[in-house]
Amino acid sequence: MSTLIQTDRFVLSETERSAIEHEMHHYEDPRAASIEALKIVQKERGWVPDGACDAIGAIIGIPASDVEGVATFYSQIFRQPVGRHIIRVCDSMTCFIGGHESVVSSIQQQLGIGLGQTSADGRFTLLPVCCLGNCDKAPAVMIDDDTFGDVQPDGVAQMLEAYV
Amino acid sequence: MKTLTSIGPANKIARSEETHPLTWRLRDDAQPVWLDEYQQKNGYAAARKALQDMAQADIVQTVKDSGLKGRGGAGFPTGVKWGLMPADESMNIRYLLCNADEMEPNTWKDRMLMEQLPHLLIEGMLISARALKAYRGYIFLRGEYVDAAANLNRAIAEAKAAGLLGKNILGSGFDFELFVHTGAGRYICGEETALINSLEGRRANPRSKPPFPAAVGVWGKPTCVNNVETLCNVPSIVSGGVDWYKGLARPGSEDMGTKLMGFSGKVKNPGLWELPFGVSARELFEDYAGGMRDGYKLKCWQPGGAGTGFLLPEHLDASMYAAGIAKVGTRMGTGLALAVDDSVNMVSLLRNMEEFFARESCGFCTPCRDGLPWSVKILRALERGQGTQEDIATLLGLVNFLGPGKTFCAHAPGAVEPLGSAIKYFRSEFEAGVASCSVSATTGQFAPA
Repeated sequence: MSTLIQTDRFVLSETERSAIEHEMHHYEDPRAASIEALKIVQKERGWVPDGACDAIGAIIGIPASDVEGVATFYSQIFRQPVGRHIIRVCDSMTCFIGGHESVVSSIQQQLGIGLGQTSADGRFTLLPVCCLGNCDKAPAVMIDDDTFGDVQPDGVAQMLEAYV
Repeated sequence: MKTLTSIGPANKIARSEETHPLTWRLRDDAQPVWLDEYQQKNGYAAARKALQDMAQADIVQTVKDSGLKGRGGAGFPTGVKWGLMPADESMNIRYLLCNADEMEPNTWKDRMLMEQLPHLLIEGMLISARALKAYRGYIFLRGEYVDAAANLNRAIAEAKAAGLLGKNILGSGFDFELFVHTGAGRYICGEETALINSLEGRRANPRSKPPFPAAVGVWGKPTCVNNVETLCNVPSIVSGGVDWYKGLARPGSEDMGTKLMGFSGKVKNPGLWELPFGVSARELFEDYAGGMRDGYKLKCWQPGGAGTGFLLPEHLDASMYAAGIAKVGTRMGTGLALAVDDSVNMVSLLRNMEEFFARESCGFCTPCRDGLPWSVKILRALERGQGTQEDIATLLGLVNFLGPGKTFCAHAPGAVEPLGSAIKYFRSEFEAGVASCSVSATTGQFAPA
């Protein structure tokens, strides 16, 4: 690749750095903190920019390519900017039977986005997720840290309202 | 006061210490049972007995004798797994991992235990760690279970402050520290060797076995990985004894103790209940779940998670224990059953399931990485009525080539088990997806139907 997209040097904040160093002590090998380190950066910034892999690798003492490999493997690590709120729609067969596809359609229509996309106003990113373990209340949707059960297509607007 | 999403029928049925070792301490309001209340309800009495009065080998023997089997879906005897840990005393750095990466579709039992009874898991891990001589434990928890993480961390802090975790626990000379490690997605992390790789901060590809984790586990050290519900059984086995524990299951059941079982789908009362092994699926379906909602008919059901096969209504008389479900042709899995009603098209349902399995393949071995997306492509075509004459044979070929023993781990075999059974019982629905005029892919001949 000839074009270097990211030219700004990435610097971890003091909060991020100390949180990562704290995590490293919980394991026999500091590499184990790599996923948590990515989550720490993501919590601060919403996503994980390329430079974060170098910075995390340098603290932990592993190659940036290893951090990158981990970052791209795990579905809840975001490698591009996301919306202010993450909507995770459970797509287990239980929620399928409960009608989750019409819930997804309703969300898609209201936000004008497909799965994996972010709304134009930067408010929401819509993602599918493995069974949320809310099967007695299917279909289930998680927005940020809140889980909703028995979600109906016509209840979507009200559900989204609280997330500005 | 936050209402936990895990509130459900398990909180509402009549329970007693004698008959419901896992759930009798649950509160009717489904709020977490913290340390004071847990201790008032005999909590940590089993840990006291195990650490102060029992030799390490006696705990292992007790669990072996109890017949406890893994509750994560595979059903491997826990005592046997524990017995695989090396006898060599010089290998003194050992780990106990709790598999709390609950992502199996239609499974929500570990969530309920961790959210509402965090101390039961901690006590189970403490006793198990003592038995396994592990100095440190990790609870590998999926990232989305935020309430479980908060409650476990608070309970661990309570236990530490009370001297139930840390150095010289209960004056026994035994040290044990416990951490919650949260994941970042990917269903495959629930495979025990993938879980170990993930804990080490690597991509969650499963490892080759042997060596088994008991010999070479996390950071190359002897490691035991047990499911949440499995570990939660340990305190009552230690305090109640083997004879009582074995008496819990219904006569005829070859599995011992109780199991968190459930039924979901379009049933009247979807939920989760602690029931003795050996109850019939019909009792679970009719008496607990209340049968189908008005206007829906039971078409088929799955006994325990996405990786188990479909069964017909006539199979509801099967007993809920491993061999009882094996008799009718599939596995009990997690024991949380799913009712499929007559409004559901099996091709669409299987398309949904295989999309999940294909997405969650770790991509390491070819049959799984390439075979599962292939099945999705075919199922999508059949769903649109654009399938070809060969599609069903191709799907059955995939069921064979992705089956047990042909892939690196159990992910793909789990993915094709429901597919094979769906074609077996509902072949006509798959045939209906073949386009009325299609070109034969193998012969290139135009084949009018």
